[in-house]
Amino acid sequence: MFLPLISALAVPFLYKYLNRQVHTGWFVLLVPLTIFIYLLQYIPHVAAGETYKYTLSWIPSFDINITSYVDGLGLLFGLLISGVGTLVIIYSIFYMSKIREALHNFYVYLLMFMGAMLGLVFSDHLLVLYGFWELTSVSSFLLISYWYERQSSRQGALKSLLITVLGGFGMLAGFIMLIIIGDTYSIRELIANADMIQGHVLFIPAMLCILLGAFTKSAQFPFGIWLPDAMEAPTPVSSYLHSATMVKAGIYLVARMTPIFGGSAVWFWLVAGIGIITLLYGSLTALKQTDLKALLAYSTISQLGMIMSLLGVGSLAVYFGPGESGTVFTVATFAALFHLFNHSTFKGSLFMVVGIIDHETGRRDIRYLGGLMQVMPITFTIALIGAFSMAGLPPFNGFLSKEMFFGAVTEVSHAGIFGLGNIGMAFPIIAWVASIFTFVYCMIFVFKTFGGRFRPEKLTREVHEAPYGMLISPLVLGLLVILIFFFPNVLGKYILAPALTAVLPMMSVSAYDLKISAWHGLNMELLMTIGVVAVGIFLFKTAKRWIKAVRNYPQQLTLNHLYNQTLRGTEKLSASLTNRYMTGSLRHYLIYIFTFFAILLMGSLLLLYGIRFDFSNNASVSVFDAGLVIGMIIAALTVLLTSHRIVAIVALGALGYMVSMFFVIFRAPDLALTQMVVETVTTVLFLLCFYHLPKLAKDIERIPFKLTNLIISAAVGLTVTVLALSANGHKLFESISSFFENAYELAGAKNIVNAILVDFRGFDTMLEISVLTIAGLGVYILIHQRHKALRREQDETE
Amino acid sequence: METLIVILVGILVSVGTYLILSRRLLRIVLGSSIIGHAVNLLLITSGGLKTGAPPLLHEKKAGFTDAIPQALILTAIVINFAVTALVLVLCYRAYQNYGTDDMERLRGNEDE
Repeated sequence: MFLPLISALAVPFLYKYLNRQVHTGWFVLLVPLTIFIYLLQYIPHVAAGETYKYTLSWIPSFDINITSYVDGLGLLFGLLISGVGTLVIIYSIFYMSKIREALHNFYVYLLMFMGAMLGLVFSDHLLVLYGFWELTSVSSFLLISYWYERQSSRQGALKSLLITVLGGFGMLAGFIMLIIIGDTYSIRELIANADMIQGHVLFIPAMLCILLGAFTKSAQFPFGIWLPDAMEAPTPVSSYLHSATMVKAGIYLVARMTPIFGGSAVWFWLVAGIGIITLLYGSLTALKQTDLKALLAYSTISQLGMIMSLLGVGSLAVYFGPGESGTVFTVATFAALFHLFNHSTFKGSLFMVVGIIDHETGRRDIRYLGGLMQVMPITFTIALIGAFSMAGLPPFNGFLSKEMFFGAVTEVSHAGIFGLGNIGMAFPIIAWVASIFTFVYCMIFVFKTFGGRFRPEKLTREVHEAPYGMLISPLVLGLLVILIFFFPNVLGKYILAPALTAVLPMMSVSAYDLKISAWHGLNMELLMTIGVVAVGIFLFKTAKRWIKAVRNYPQQLTLNHLYNQTLRGTEKLSASLTNRYMTGSLRHYLIYIFTFFAILLMGSLLLLYGIRFDFSNNASVSVFDAGLVIGMIIAALTVLLTSHRIVAIVALGALGYMVSMFFVIFRAPDLALTQMVVETVTTVLFLLCFYHLPKLAKDIERIPFKLTNLIISAAVGLTVTVLALSANGHKLFESISSFFENAYELAGAKNIVNAILVDFRGFDTMLEISVLTIAGLGVYILIHQRHKALRREQDETE
Repeated sequence: METLIVILVGILVSVGTYLILSRRLLRIVLGSSIIGHAVNLLLITSGGLKTGAPPLLHEKKAGFTDAIPQALILTAIVINFAVTALVLVLCYRAYQNYGTDDMERLRGNEDE
């Protein structure tokens, strides 16, 4: 599981020291090959019903361990990942130039992705699974933007990252809910407790969140839009990530979660419904593409929709349980797994074919291509095999899975549960229509590229057949396509049947053993396929007449447009929002602070019934006190209202001296002393500074300006008053100050305040001294810097 | 007495807030200075007023006024003084550098 990740570390060194002689890919090739061979050994054991579990302790105190679990489903995916990975690396060795490309980056990302993907499918721990899930997103992001100097690559990468990470977060939330419900991190244990989970309140939210993750990753409707843009990646990447592996991660998740969520109506409708919509949407949109890779991207979306809907239909088996009708829907799940495998084979080869065409002609737009049949016969043969298999024609493996697909959707129409009734009829009809479109775009793919007239003047390079090394991988995949058609049972028995057991553990194996072999006979499904071929050929022949109508579909109504508008809209909204409140004016920020201060404190006082006035402990008021209070108010108002700076300073000084008078009255001699001295110094400072500052001219302000200030300051004052009075009214405990009356016994001091300052709470004083020191240094530096600057200016002028 | 002082504190805080919200740098400094006084008064009020002798042990009285708020205020006065001095010098420098003390015109750099 960790082999690719570890070997990724070694790639840069190999590149640096050996790339001159040998293409780095040859070393990398060993990794997936080893894994593939290693995984092959498991096949007989897993087919016999055994499973393997390995645990690696990671964060044991939180019960987070890297648990890998090998069963049929994991093994199916593991074989696909390592097998297609091997072929893709062989292909990339011939596709990527040794001299022009930064190969070390390429192979590091690719190995990282491979490791993440293997980790994903073999994980049993939900959070570890999530970790690998995000690692696939990140490495896919890196691979899409491999040619980072192109803007379209960066945009495509960003789009795919935004969408898949959105889904990833949704999935994480779903996982956490699932962990709360089941009280375990292990998928295995969750499956074992599936019955208990279904009644829980969080069951549906968890399901929705996890499905969001699966749908975004697997490019389901309406999240499929990132996949066509991801085609900016190098073709081996498109072939590997965007057809065979990463987009199947969502499928894997849905299949993995089927034993837990399957059998509920929401799951069925979402998975099957969205799947079938995606199938139709993808096949319809693929028709209007002129770029071969975009066409294949939409066809991938469409095929993934098909697999997804099959999984949805297959989840009905959980509802019915073992029995005749349950077995019928088990076939759907089997078809999903079968098509999953088939799709990896033919779509991988098709992407490689497009890569070859691109590599050899310099074009991938079907409007410029044509007549390549004579020039590139081998490529043509592979393309024909792949496309016919995708269209669902015999003698290729796509035929078998399409037949099973038709079988499954016709079964849905008379399942008669979850309010299916008449709506159920829509499933086979949509599936049939989508298959016709699929057939048409497959034909377009093959015959617009390879058929027709050869026009070398439109191509940028001299066209010839691809080098054999490049053809190896698509040939192997093409051979698999044919082999699976003729010997489906070998694959079915050894790989797919154990996978099916993993998806639907409650069904017995023997019940569908027969179904796999039963792929012959004239039945409804065969008639439907014949219909598809007939209508498809008719549509393809008349394509010139209607294809314009499809291509002129308004740009405003596409999902991409919606995505772009949303992105631009949110950016604009947040920018305008920030500009509106971040004005740069200090006064505005102060207004926010004061307003929130007043509102929060007043609000909480009122809501919690905190206002209580208690005047019983009040001391008496003498005339002298009252006079001082009035004097202070007058002084404060003078500071506020005067327009002469000297008056303001003097009034402030008077205020300070009156405060020290209060300290005298309140029996605080030290305070009175300090206050007096500090006030004097402050006043002197003020005077010093004000000498250099402009006149305290009164601004002629507009009335609203004054009024807001007035309201806010009144509110703040009122809040402070009410708060202080209420605090006085709520004396809860006695003061601890009686302890400090032992100052003489404990500290040898008769002045309690001084004892507190230097003995009991000496730390405060120490830091207060530092404050004073820092302020002094600050003042010094501020003035000194100014002098230095002045002196420099003088030097320069001289 | 406490009620009276608390009301006084409220008025002082209002005046200080109004000054802080104004446009002139100097008024802001004056405002923060007034609020500093108000807070000190509030602190001493919270310890109770006129309840006993000054906190000097040789007074030989039964009760002393609460010494803790006094110690706290003493610290606060000094810190307040330090901050005021620094801010004043800052104002002075800002005025010298930018030639204005209007807060609406001291809005910082556009490219921040």
